[in-house]
Amino acid sequence: MSILDLDYMVGLVPILLRYLPLTLAMAAAGMALALVLACGLAVIRVLRIPGLNGVTLLFISFFRGTPLLVQLFLFYYGLPQVLAFLTRIDGITATIMGLTLHFAAYMAESIRAAIVGVDRSQTEAALSIGMTNGQLMRRIVLPQATRVAVPTLMNYFIDMIKATSLAFTLGVTELMGATQKEAAGSFLYFEAFITVAVFYWVIVELLAWCQRRLETRLNEAYRR
Amino acid sequence: MIQVANLVKRFGDATVLDGIDLAIDQGEIIVVIGPSGTGKSTLLRCLNFLERPDAGHLTLGDLDVDVTRATRADILAARRRTAFVFQNYALFANKTALENIAEGLIVVNRWPRAKAHARAREILQRIGLADKADAYPASLSGGQQQRVGIGRAMAAQAEVILFDEPTSSLDPEWVEEVLALMKQLAAERQTMLVVTHEMGFARDVADRVVFMEGGRIVEQGPPSRLFNAPRDPRTRDFLRKVLAAQPAIQSS
Repeated sequence: MSILDLDYMVGLVPILLRYLPLTLAMAAAGMALALVLACGLAVIRVLRIPGLNGVTLLFISFFRGTPLLVQLFLFYYGLPQVLAFLTRIDGITATIMGLTLHFAAYMAESIRAAIVGVDRSQTEAALSIGMTNGQLMRRIVLPQATRVAVPTLMNYFIDMIKATSLAFTLGVTELMGATQKEAAGSFLYFEAFITVAVFYWVIVELLAWCQRRLETRLNEAYRR
Repeated sequence: MIQVANLVKRFGDATVLDGIDLAIDQGEIIVVIGPSGTGKSTLLRCLNFLERPDAGHLTLGDLDVDVTRATRADILAARRRTAFVFQNYALFANKTALENIAEGLIVVNRWPRAKAHARAREILQRIGLADKADAYPASLSGGQQQRVGIGRAMAAQAEVILFDEPTSSLDPEWVEEVLALMKQLAAERQTMLVVTHEMGFARDVADRVVFMEGGRIVEQGPPSRLFNAPRDPRTRDFLRKVLAAQPAIQSS
């Protein structure tokens, strides 16, 4: 056993950097789409829209109740056999789809809780001065719900960035896929995987830093 | 001129308002008193459609509606003609004192921001909180929050301001400043309908005191008459109890 091959690890950094944008792009796309979907689902749950409420509950139950890896395989390998128009779905699209649906199911519940958590008397106050329901949501409820939801939503974003690594099982060469290929060529598995681990770790720490700054800003109105 | 005719509100099997008739003149200050759970707050909430009445007729200035047929537009119109001051202040936690007061002017009355903020500053001056314009509710005392709550109601320039036990949640030290502001508004002949347990305020400020029990108006009249010579035994009974608890008023 030799000690760590540091030169190899340093040499790996620029190679992996080339695949970083794809990892970040998949996470960003997944997060953006999941946020939109989750907001819609949360509003359906808060307003208990007949019919849609049941569908939403089933959706959340399924995507929270099954592993992300199973869902990804289902979209990439399974669905094209059933739905002809999906035959040309590529790994990246399938990954974004899976991340979106899976994380939207989780995020919908925390957004719903944040909306419900806004002090009911403020809703009455807004209505009492003649605001419409839309104005009430936009100007009073959602800004306050955002503050409550941000910490958990950021957690899901962090989780999602790491979950993009599953894309390599669909043949996508992103950070994890690239590392796997490099390691298979050099047989330096430990060096390769500890390097990519540090990559993810640094990304997540940068994000956590952003999160702290964002939370400080959002909390400004509530300091005594 | 505000007129309420035969207002009825039920919660399930319980009839909380059992045919309320009440007329309020412009500039009149009416204080509603009575035991807890007799529908005083519900009456105010029905005027503002925070509760949907089950029957009755409502006249607010040029708005004239049968409450059971009130459309969404009627409800918005009623809310624009009535302003509400809440027991627990209910300030918008994400907005400063200034923004709380300006919010309705910007969103509901569609005033330009600058004009609304200028008006809000005038109001902050009148409620004695000019220096707190940029403070968020969380950093204000209970008394200051309620004064902003009243400021928000003043901004609406409604036909009437409805006060729902405005001092009941306050620590005793803050009650005086809120009552002082209400007295100031009364002196300016702002039409007010006040639900309160502050008998001193009722006696000193009200033009008319309304005693409610069991969802009905039992008796009403000028405070001197109602406090000194209540006609109904229920009024006498209630006043004996609360005045025993507030001896300062008894001796005045």
